Amino acid sequence: MKSIENQLKVHAEALNLRSQRNEILASNIANSATPNFKAKDLDFEALLNSRMGFGKVNTTNSRHFDISIGPNEEGVKFRQNVTPSKDGNTVELHVEQLQFSENVMRYQTSLEFLNRKISGLMSAIKGE
Amino acid sequence: MADLKNIFDVAARGMSAQMVRLNTVASNLANARSVASSEAEAYRAIKPVFSTLYADDLERSGVSSVDVVDIVAVDREPEKVYQPGHPKADEDGYIYMAAVNTEEELVEMLEASRQYENNVEVVSTLRGLMMRTISMGK
Repeated sequence: MKSIENQLKVHAEALNLRSQRNEILASNIANSATPNFKAKDLDFEALLNSRMGFGKVNTTNSRHFDISIGPNEEGVKFRQNVTPSKDGNTVELHVEQLQFSENVMRYQTSLEFLNRKISGLMSAIKGE
Repeated sequence: MADLKNIFDVAARGMSAQMVRLNTVASNLANARSVASSEAEAYRAIKPVFSTLYADDLERSGVSSVDVVDIVAVDREPEKVYQPGHPKADEDGYIYMAAVNTEEELVEMLEASRQYENNVEVVSTLRGLMMRTISMGK
């Protein structure tokens, strides 16, 4: 079972993070007219690395904490906007729309990878 | 108040906030040429006040939507016009026009409807993704 998990894990985690990022980008788009709203985004690469255990600090005891990322810190950060607006809102609709369409495309890519992996595994199991 | 559970809640609240905004624009435009016989009675444009509604930060960090917390009348002087023959003129012969800027309202209407459409677009895109995810591995 471990080997199947290893086959699928990266793409499953990526899919999870992509959908989480979609929600955050949708929140930004919903708040595009709210004064003083600060646009947020997900640090996809750092989060995927920490979930997959890449770049993790080695611990010598099971009770030691991994300091690379805290339990509540989900890697959500504020976006630096290009042109500031007077009402304190940092959502730039075109930026959000571009990020959203890119994220959707990457989600579909991860989904496609998963589908191919699954069908590959299926044909290996069936021995066809 | 219901909390934000998923993307549909986020978009639904965003859409209803924009809908309130469109309704205020409609009221303002409908009253744009109305006339009153005193400054206090004159119509003043109304505007919704948006505020961010956050989801539970521990569970869903960074997810938020928008809520209309108040609707306020703008602090703007109604235009005073000298028309002694008007049936609503006061004893000095003045009438008070509604404090509505039509161009401003039209721009506001365009912006609100664009942002409404954006929310619809987000939901339909994500719904498509969800449908494809459901049929994963088939």
